[in-house]
Amino acid sequence: MNNLLIVGQYVPTNSIVHRMDPRIKMLIIFFYVIFIFFANNVVSYALFTVFAVGGTLLTKVPWRFIAKGLTPVWFLIVFTFILHLFVTKEGTVLVNVFGLPIYSGALEQGAVISLRFFLLILLTSLLTLTTTPIEITDGVESLLGPLRRFKFPVHELALMMSISLRFIPTLLQETEKISNAQASRGVDFRTGPFRERVRAVIPLLVPLFVSAFKRAEELAMAMEARGYRGGEGRTKLRELQVMKRDVAALIIFIIVVAAALITRDYS
Amino acid sequence: MHAIEFKNVSFRYEEEQPYVLRNVSFQVEAGEWLAIIGHNGSGKSTIAKLMNGLLFPTEGEIIINGIPLNEENIWEIRRQVGMVFQNPDNQFVGTTVRDDVAFGLENRGVPRAEMMDRITSSLEQVRMQDYLLHEPYRLSGGQKQRVAIAGVLAISPSVIILDEATAMLDPLGRKEILDTVHRVQAAQQLGLITITHDLNEVMQAHRVLVMNDGEIWTTTVPRELVKRQTELQQIGLDVPFVTQLAHALVRQGINLAEQPIDHEELLDALWTLHSNK
Repeated sequence: MNNLLIVGQYVPTNSIVHRMDPRIKMLIIFFYVIFIFFANNVVSYALFTVFAVGGTLLTKVPWRFIAKGLTPVWFLIVFTFILHLFVTKEGTVLVNVFGLPIYSGALEQGAVISLRFFLLILLTSLLTLTTTPIEITDGVESLLGPLRRFKFPVHELALMMSISLRFIPTLLQETEKISNAQASRGVDFRTGPFRERVRAVIPLLVPLFVSAFKRAEELAMAMEARGYRGGEGRTKLRELQVMKRDVAALIIFIIVVAAALITRDYS
Repeated sequence: MHAIEFKNVSFRYEEEQPYVLRNVSFQVEAGEWLAIIGHNGSGKSTIAKLMNGLLFPTEGEIIINGIPLNEENIWEIRRQVGMVFQNPDNQFVGTTVRDDVAFGLENRGVPRAEMMDRITSSLEQVRMQDYLLHEPYRLSGGQKQRVAIAGVLAISPSVIILDEATAMLDPLGRKEILDTVHRVQAAQQLGLITITHDLNEVMQAHRVLVMNDGEIWTTTVPRELVKRQTELQQIGLDVPFVTQLAHALVRQGINLAEQPIDHEELLDALWTLHSNK
């Protein structure tokens, strides 16, 4: 249970994508999500598809893990496709299904939207598949760095994220302990009508919250005793460094986007 | 100059409330191991929190290595006085062992290159160097406490305080921690203060300070302390088994040459009993 939740979807294969700087990964994904909407013909879509699939291959993550990540959205992809099939009325009628005409434009439109959707999900899931939560936290802290000028508490936010990550397994263990303790006193979490099951959660939540607050207080004291006094004058052990591979990835990405922007239809 | 000096320290959380500590004075020298013992609510943990400025005395003065404790030099004092708390989980800040040991160094702005060396050497001292990248949930309670000690050692303090740091551990983990701090303390000539309610844990200390209801009940050496079995029981402390057995033997007319303080000494006293006569 623990392993599943902490690591999230992370699959450690130590590929070149894994070793990339999380900031670069996030930047590429961010701009990919924007620029894919500029694609409007076969060549530009092909470029974006090759980039996403190529990236996926480089991660060396087995396909079943990627498929597992996509499972919840398969339905949406298929649904979008079918919706477009029946709603869009462009081009020539290809065939009648139960009296509803299917247009050629609809087939095209549906395929394109589904492809775009698929590519977006694929690339974004690569981030969590190849980056540990703590790396993502470091990346977010560094990328939000400029906001510090506007008094945005970047360091505090990152510390909160990393402490949350650290306490997830601890609180999960605690939940299990409390749930066992309450079950042994006769609280029934699994059967009965919905309302009663919801009510049964209360004796679970109250002790959990009480202990979480107590932990927070003790942790704050321990942090203070260890000399914590906010982000100022602090150094960091985990340092992000942009390496050659990051620069290379960025250049490839820029070429793909530029090529897509050149080849797209402007009429 | 004493490592730690308390001068007539009294403390209460708020006015109108009863004092938690009354007129407490004592000193700890560099390289000395002082055990503070007392029942729950005797004020022993308050002493610990006063020593590194988590609380400030209501009356009296605390001087650490010649520096008086006050709001201004509290950070310097926290660098000199490292503290390990009771709950191993609630003082583990980092997501891995390495990150946790680094926390105190990061707080003090230690350059990154130096950090790695200090982390490695302090983890070696507590023999946790093989667990560098382990997450806290994969460690036992004793291992987590050893990491906490490494985190304290990394900032090279002059005094280490263990505030009931073994109370939540099993007997094996307890021994692990006491052996570790003893070894490190002897090697580096640190001041060590262990706070506990278990008499078994004070036997290796150089000196014992017994707290009772916010006052110092006595300051003595472990060997002398165990002679006062009935008094100790009166102030709510459990007397160690070895001591109880020794006292029972005396009641049976078997006089041991000296009050034993651990199993080994008791065994020695017993097998040499007749040859001494």
